[in-house]
Amino acid sequence: MSRDDPTRPVILAEFGSAEALIAAATRLRELGYRRLETYSPYPLDGAEAALSLPRPRLPWVVLAGGLLGAALGYAVQSYTNARDYPLNVGGRPLDSVPAWIPLTFEIGILAAAITAVLALLVPARLPRLWHPVFEVDGFESVTDDRFWLAVLAGDPRYDPERTRRELEALAPLRIARPEATT
Amino acid sequence: MGHAPAPALPHAPSADEPPVLLGRPTDAELTDRLLAPLRSRARAWWLLVALAAGGTLLFIAMSVYTFVAGIGLWGNNIPVAWAYAITNFVWWIGIGHAGTFISAFLLLLQQRWRASVNRIAEAMTLFALVNAALFPVLHLGRPWFAYWLIPYPSTMGVWPQFRSALPWDFAAILTYFTVSLLFWYLGLVPDLATIRDRAHLGLTRRRIYGLFALGWRGSARHWQRYRIAYGLLAGLATPLVISVHSVVSMDFATTQLPGWHSTIFPPYFVAGALYSGFAMVLTLLIPLRRIYRLETVITERHLDSMGKLTLAMGWILIYSYAFEAFLAWYGGSGFERYTFLVARTRGPYAVLFWIMIACNGLTPQLLWSRRLRRSPIVLFLASLAIQAGMWLERFIIIVASLNRDFLPSSWRLYAPTWVDWGLLLGSLGLFLLLFLLFLRFVPFIPVSEVKHLRHELAREGLPS
Repeated sequence: MSRDDPTRPVILAEFGSAEALIAAATRLRELGYRRLETYSPYPLDGAEAALSLPRPRLPWVVLAGGLLGAALGYAVQSYTNARDYPLNVGGRPLDSVPAWIPLTFEIGILAAAITAVLALLVPARLPRLWHPVFEVDGFESVTDDRFWLAVLAGDPRYDPERTRRELEALAPLRIARPEATT
Repeated sequence: MGHAPAPALPHAPSADEPPVLLGRPTDAELTDRLLAPLRSRARAWWLLVALAAGGTLLFIAMSVYTFVAGIGLWGNNIPVAWAYAITNFVWWIGIGHAGTFISAFLLLLQQRWRASVNRIAEAMTLFALVNAALFPVLHLGRPWFAYWLIPYPSTMGVWPQFRSALPWDFAAILTYFTVSLLFWYLGLVPDLATIRDRAHLGLTRRRIYGLFALGWRGSARHWQRYRIAYGLLAGLATPLVISVHSVVSMDFATTQLPGWHSTIFPPYFVAGALYSGFAMVLTLLIPLRRIYRLETVITERHLDSMGKLTLAMGWILIYSYAFEAFLAWYGGSGFERYTFLVARTRGPYAVLFWIMIACNGLTPQLLWSRRLRRSPIVLFLASLAIQAGMWLERFIIIVASLNRDFLPSSWRLYAPTWVDWGLLLGSLGLFLLLFLLFLRFVPFIPVSEVKHLRHELAREGLPS
């Protein structure tokens, strides 16, 4: 399974600052690396540009989820109170549209929020209990104060020796490989 | 945990604004300091837990007694059918609103001072909502039928009546709780990963937190999605701040009772909710800051900003009080005029009414002074007074309106019983217990977000 994982790193370098990481990622990209990843304890404003990540379509998915939820919320009220069990209250219209608004709104927000979380987790392939990167010695510093750069499996320019040399030229704190690949 | 996309705003600190972060801690120091409470073995914590557990037991005992014997144990009568249970419900749900306001609304406004207080505020929201949700269920009389509010195809062949404000209320609270929980949990994930990766915290703890960290590894692709999703959740939670208490107010406003039947209710309730919620945040934050020595991350700036927000909300509320009374007079209905101008100010609950006016109207005026606003003890005492005042406000709205309706022959006084008091005090214990457990087991200052803030401040070259 781990062999097919597109997020599997083949070589990693650790840096002491966010600026050094961004500079290193930009440099590797200039050299022709295409499958790069950075890891950091907090989001880095320059990382997405340095890796040329496309902007996710997540907001559209959330909008769709919210609209679907709102439609469902409206449909349930209209079906139950106006069609399946119509109850005439003082001769008012059975489809009491103004009265359906609060629930339509609430269910729409609920559906959108749940969609937002799913649209984060599912494409990110989370949750998962294990990832090859966790096998790298010292990688746990990534949630403390260190910044890691990885070349991922399947990179067109990756070559064990040349990549190591090119990473060393960027003066990282250390270079590591996941044990599974060595 | 708001990682708002931050354009480097020119944000020059003036003499008026103390910094949001004191000193120049490194990232590693921040990790250590902010995770230290997870390892603390403070005796004060145990004493408070014992107290809170006592309150929780009281709550459980009173609930069981109510389940078994029925709500005849309470002081409720006809016409005062709502009384304490709904007062407590509205009070607790109002307190919850400030958490979402601080964490979501201030995130959208890119207010940096929210970074170190938002998780405490969000946790407060969740625990207040737990308490709030219990009271209407208890009040049902037959709480085991609470699930009838869900539209499921039952053998009875009937459905909930969606023209009523009560199913709206149910859905609003359910949505609010779920969205708050998702927002809070999403914010926690990077910090849970930080705990997972700290060897000195012990293997068992690391495994448990690791499970909840969902395999977070801080990759750029994940952060990118994370920031968008978090921002969207903030955007979705913000209208909930307005809508939930508006829906709660419709429970009142859709009736014809003088004192309830008013179009000002939704904004009036939202303002009151935020007001009491800010007060609760201050009540929790000020002792916390002192006990855990967090003066460098919860600075004078935070107290100052909270004080200003409280003052602003206080004035919106004062305006609402005045306008509510004006509408009653201007509307020309004799019943409305009697309720607002006679029954409240000179009726059987007039003493409580004037205490409420003093607590809610006069206390916040202290906060005009910068010196008092930055004094923890003054803020703390003011926050207690405001919460008492806000509880009384709901009591006045409910009991003082119900007890004198249209027909003097149906007027009746209300007095709580010891079971009513037990449930109120017990719910305070339950809230405190949940909050203490949160302090002990969850990093209550967002580690990753404070680091991000520090990084931004350093990059802008501000004195951080």
